[in-house]
Amino acid sequence: MAALQQITVDALKRSESQLAVQWHADLESSGATRNLKPEDIRQQVADFLRLLTSALEKGGSVNITTAEWDEVRHFLEKLSSQRALAGQDSQQTASFIFALKGPLFAQLQRDLADQPALVAEQVMQISELLDGLGLHTIRTYQKSREAVIKRQQEELLELSTPVVKLWDGVLALPMIGTLDSQRTQVVMESLLQRIVDTGAEIAIIDITGVPTVDTLVAQHLLKTVTAIRLMGADCIISGVRPQIAQTIVHLGLDLQGVVTKANLADALALALRRLGVTITKAV
Amino acid sequence: MERIPILQMGDFLLVTIQVDMHDQLALTLQDDLSERISRTSARGVLIDISALDMVDSFIGRMIGMISGLSRIMDAETVLVGMQPAVAITLVELGMTLPGVSTALNVERGMKLLRERAYSQ
Repeated sequence: MAALQQITVDALKRSESQLAVQWHADLESSGATRNLKPEDIRQQVADFLRLLTSALEKGGSVNITTAEWDEVRHFLEKLSSQRALAGQDSQQTASFIFALKGPLFAQLQRDLADQPALVAEQVMQISELLDGLGLHTIRTYQKSREAVIKRQQEELLELSTPVVKLWDGVLALPMIGTLDSQRTQVVMESLLQRIVDTGAEIAIIDITGVPTVDTLVAQHLLKTVTAIRLMGADCIISGVRPQIAQTIVHLGLDLQGVVTKANLADALALALRRLGVTITKAV
Repeated sequence: MERIPILQMGDFLLVTIQVDMHDQLALTLQDDLSERISRTSARGVLIDISALDMVDSFIGRMIGMISGLSRIMDAETVLVGMQPAVAITLVELGMTLPGVSTALNVERGMKLLRERAYSQ
């Protein structure tokens, strides 16, 4: 594979500032700079050109996985994760690199106007190089986006399992969303820990927000109930909607000795009765 | 040899497990406890496992067996202070300890024991 000719590198170096201006203008017109600060873009453009020429001078080939390209790759990784956090999409992020092609090719054509064959060859090489860099940018962009999604998922998991205190000695856990094994684990842990911390005698699990109950969900519920019983507290399941009750019966599920109530109010009333608390209306 | 102390409080026996249970210790406890129940004709046994933060299936089974043998010897058994991690482990192991009474702490356990033992 033919490397970039020295003449191209020289051309790049000579016209760095010119290229930067042209590149920046192209970025602006393509809309890739939306939501970004102009001075940041200018800085990134200048930094990238500097890193690119220094990598080429160090003898970097078209293969961007070599050590000469380390700095450039790091720069692009940082850049794409910044873009991901700023909410830019992958096209906008990738255009940062691809927009350099236009000005660079134009420059080469001007500089080597008398050698069309060389221009064509060098354009090929540069194109390959910039494509590689662009793809690397997209890959890291994707990675940072995935990290963001993963973090949000974890936060959602934490948020979706609030244990609330209803009364002295009564805890409630309103479950919302589907119950899978991972969530059951988180739910179980947080509920059991709260039981230890508060010394609550009764825990109410409200499943009004659980869309469907199948055998697996029922099994998870039973596990939680058993763990609570082993700890020495009682558990009431509330919010069993008519459809869910029908499903449970149709599936032939055995909720062995689990106390179930139609709604949270009934469950709280039962809990208070067990605690020996009576509520009366003030006349 | 290492032993788990069994304390007598009136009609009840109190077993506090403060060390990591290993298999031999559990077997010794089972022997000692059945011996003590028959000697003191205790009405109830309270087993405090609040310091136990790790169980395996053998210890889980021993706990079940200890409470089973106490019941046969006419002594109510209450298991108190199980840690969340222990409860989750036992459930995942499929050991739900049916028939074992549980309570959150020693105080509630004693209350439960008194109710059970004197209501008979």
